Amino acid sequence: MSTATAIDADAAPWSPAQPVLEVRGLNVDYGAGRDAVRAVNEVTFTLRRGEVLGLAGESGSGKSTLAYAITRLLRAPGVITGGEVVFHQPSASGGPARTVDLLAADARELAGIRWVDLSMVFQSAMHALNPVARIEGQLTDVLKRHRPDMAPAERRARAIELLGMVGITPDRLSSYPHELSGGMRQRVMIAMALALEPSLVIMDEPTTALDVVTQREILDELMRLRERLGFAVIFITHDLSLLLELADTIAIMYAGQLVESAAAADLLAAPRHPYSLGLLNSFPALHGERVKMTGIPGSPPSLRAMPTGCKFHPRCPHAFERCSAEQPALLTPAGSRGKRTVACWLQTGDRVPPEPLGRPEGDRSQDLAVGGH
Amino acid sequence: MTALDPALVGPPDGSASDLLPGLSPRRSRATRRMPPAKVLLGGIVTAFFVLVALLGPLVAPHAAGWVANTSSGTPQPPSGPLWLGTDNMQHDLFSQLLVGSRSTLLIAFLAGAIATVLSVAVGVTAGYLGGVVDEILSALSNIFLALPGLLILMVIISPLPVPDKGNSLVIGFVVAITSWAYGARALRAQTLALRGQDYVVSAQVIGERKSRIILFEIVPNLLPIVAASFIFTVIYGLGVYVALCYLGVVSPSSGSWGTMLQSAQSNSAIGNGWWWWYLPPALCVALVGFGLALLNFGIDEIINPRIRSARTGGRDVKFQLGLTPVVRQASPEGEPR
Amino acid sequence: MPLLIRRAGFYLLAAYAALTLNFFIPRMLPGNALDAVLTTMRGETTPQELAGMAAQYGIDSKQSLMAQYFTYVAHTLSGNLGFSTSKQVPVTTVLGGELPWTIGLIGSATVVAFLLGTLIGIVAGWKRGGLIDTVVPVSAFFQAVPYFVLGLLLLIIFGVDLHWFPIGGGYDATSRTVTYIQGWNWPYVSSVLQHSVLPASTVVLASIAGWIVGMRNMMITTMDEDYVLVACAKGLPRWRTVAIAARNAILPTISNVTLSISLVVTGAILVEVVFNYPGVGLEIFNAVQSTDYPLIQGILLVVTLAVLAANLIADFAYAALDPRSRREA
Repeated sequence: MSTATAIDADAAPWSPAQPVLEVRGLNVDYGAGRDAVRAVNEVTFTLRRGEVLGLAGESGSGKSTLAYAITRLLRAPGVITGGEVVFHQPSASGGPARTVDLLAADARELAGIRWVDLSMVFQSAMHALNPVARIEGQLTDVLKRHRPDMAPAERRARAIELLGMVGITPDRLSSYPHELSGGMRQRVMIAMALALEPSLVIMDEPTTALDVVTQREILDELMRLRERLGFAVIFITHDLSLLLELADTIAIMYAGQLVESAAAADLLAAPRHPYSLGLLNSFPALHGERVKMTGIPGSPPSLRAMPTGCKFHPRCPHAFERCSAEQPALLTPAGSRGKRTVACWLQTGDRVPPEPLGRPEGDRSQDLAVGGH
Repeated sequence: MTALDPALVGPPDGSASDLLPGLSPRRSRATRRMPPAKVLLGGIVTAFFVLVALLGPLVAPHAAGWVANTSSGTPQPPSGPLWLGTDNMQHDLFSQLLVGSRSTLLIAFLAGAIATVLSVAVGVTAGYLGGVVDEILSALSNIFLALPGLLILMVIISPLPVPDKGNSLVIGFVVAITSWAYGARALRAQTLALRGQDYVVSAQVIGERKSRIILFEIVPNLLPIVAASFIFTVIYGLGVYVALCYLGVVSPSSGSWGTMLQSAQSNSAIGNGWWWWYLPPALCVALVGFGLALLNFGIDEIINPRIRSARTGGRDVKFQLGLTPVVRQASPEGEPR
Repeated sequence: MPLLIRRAGFYLLAAYAALTLNFFIPRMLPGNALDAVLTTMRGETTPQELAGMAAQYGIDSKQSLMAQYFTYVAHTLSGNLGFSTSKQVPVTTVLGGELPWTIGLIGSATVVAFLLGTLIGIVAGWKRGGLIDTVVPVSAFFQAVPYFVLGLLLLIIFGVDLHWFPIGGGYDATSRTVTYIQGWNWPYVSSVLQHSVLPASTVVLASIAGWIVGMRNMMITTMDEDYVLVACAKGLPRWRTVAIAARNAILPTISNVTLSISLVVTGAILVEVVFNYPGVGLEIFNAVQSTDYPLIQGILLVVTLAVLAANLIADFAYAALDPRSRREA
């Protein structure tokens, strides 16, 4: 599964839209040789044009590692040890998309894709903005690099336009990052990520460092921009409640693996993996009946001491013998309507899942008022 | 005098918090079990010379007054019984080197110890108490940093009465006076960073006494920097003491490496090619300094693991910013342990 | 710029402290060294010189310590540093003759070491684990060896053994073929350059390691910052990414200049003694030997002020390079 020839735009089972990113069997290690530990294990997913994929999990679940590995921005000692990442780069002339294997690309090819069509918003804008350069320079340098025929005045005009898109006045162009508020800095980062009108933006916990009100404003703005510009988003967060509002699809990561992925509404209404259920129970729902917040007992495993079988079984209230012996594969659960996959021995059809994991998918009475799509 | 610089003194002001290990898990490295080769080598070199300083005077083959023969006025080159030859007075230079090691290292370590006590006291007090106390102590440290220490030592030591000049404690103390400010500055910065840490804040909330918080919560976490600043001042003291002896400002009766250099210099040993007179003490000074500096390198890497020069990971994986390496393995499940 | 005003206040305070220390050092010394000097000088100096010195220190008159102090401060501020007892000329004259040598050699070698070391440090930090980076620990050797010991070693190898360079002095006074006239003529200038190679190399070698290691470590720390990764992700040319990292990494290095400049300068001054090179270092050494206190005080004051001036420049450079510092405090 690791050759470039395996790439094909397979017939989409649930959406007619073209894929923009396909990740198959991605493995990421920290370190090499005997000291290596696996941080991302056999992750596979497909993202379509304009789709919003929410990637959720606890700290250390490997979600950020996954995002950085996809863009080949992961720092040492991160090493990609297998799989493929195929990016479908739309052609400027409107012709068919060009497929590029990002794992086989060299620095020059990556420079032609990153930020042009695949950009990123980092967790902390405070750290992602160069503290000693003015905002204008940080917005225009990317234009200067990728749009060499733009005149300085045009670049400046574009920078003003970009700031305007995220609700910042042009007089901020000459500011330094420390002169902006935290929310404004993150808006600048979003403007910067959109400078070249990418088809995919990866957002690594973009609002985690902000207060709730600012977070809300920025998310609203983000969704408006997405509607207008039509880019796809991978939104990484530990806060599942955010995803329920903005994501089309939600993928849950645990210990470096995807354990469940489903349409946002389905996942909320009828989680199939005990870990998804645990995540859902660790925050209060704004609407609907009162639910006891239980959270998840225990803590994620260390990368150096992974449990056997299902990685979640030591913390799982429903674990049985098979869970500690064999690792479940990511499969469509018995009786599901196709769009969902889950890696759990409870869902293979051999057993009847306990009540909260066996809710019918059609039941959308709970939180649909806030469900995104 | 050494050019022992910022990197060894401790954190630069702006990045003190970066040095707190484990604060940001994003930056922890997967591999930390590299053998501390620098520390090992530095430790061996240093320990060797400390041993020489302790035992050297006892095992020196000849007493200070011993002379090889009385007929010649020129130094004799190294030979079988006289490993390092003689000076122009026909004294055994190997014995001088062994005996001289004691006063040289004694002063260096004494100065280092006194300066470290001073810098911990000033640095931690300034960093922890803050406010006016901090302002005053910081200004004082900065003034001491700007003063040309060695020149001032030259001036204040030379007119001292001879008994004081020969007193290790006096010399060590005077040298320490000019060198405490480096450590104090680094320790102040780190104390400031520690003061905001949760466990310190909670100790304050509980109502622990200040002295107790400083001694039991702050100081233990400063130990790597205290060690670094101790080693730094030992190197400084070594350089300064050898320099003062070389300049003839200090002339201990037992002799020191600096004294050997001074007598070689004043007898034109360099111009006459009597290398066995000045080269061994010069190399010994260089080696002790080297050993201590290696130790400090190692400590610095313990304080801030990110600066290790060793590559993380295997030899064949090349890391480059923005180009995560792709290494496909034969076995998809990773290497068996 | 309130920060700079604060710093300026500090420099005034530091300069004043140096001035005061300078006044008290000879007076604190056992047996009032100054009186002793005056006593020994009595036979050799003319009454006018003696009177001049007495006026400088206010010793012969029955002034109180405070009055002596004010006299001293007033004289120093008006540029009167007193009269050198060993050279029989005003201290300012001695300094005027020696300072150009020191600034020319120590000053330029220190600046070269700083610039070169910073540059090498940037490359070593960027190419972490590369060839240059692996050589860095070796530089610990040069870093830890006292300046003058390194000077001695260089002198022995390249002066005495190989005869590549002269072993001492600032220039040749005469040789068999040429008579040297001080000034801008080639024989003299080339002689000066030839004599400066070894002492300058000593200063550069001894001080460069510190800058290399410091800059390398800061560079590595800075490269872990997200904005460097962002620059890389944006596809900016490699040199631009390095420049962004270096631009940020150099800030702490500049503030470290204030830590180490006095060490570097005093260490370097000793090199003058090793190479018998003219300058204030050799002069203060001679002055100590002949207990010429006015000259010692004058040199101490000038060196301290020079170090403070270097600190001031570093502060200005920092403020110019870091927009954050302009707003704070």
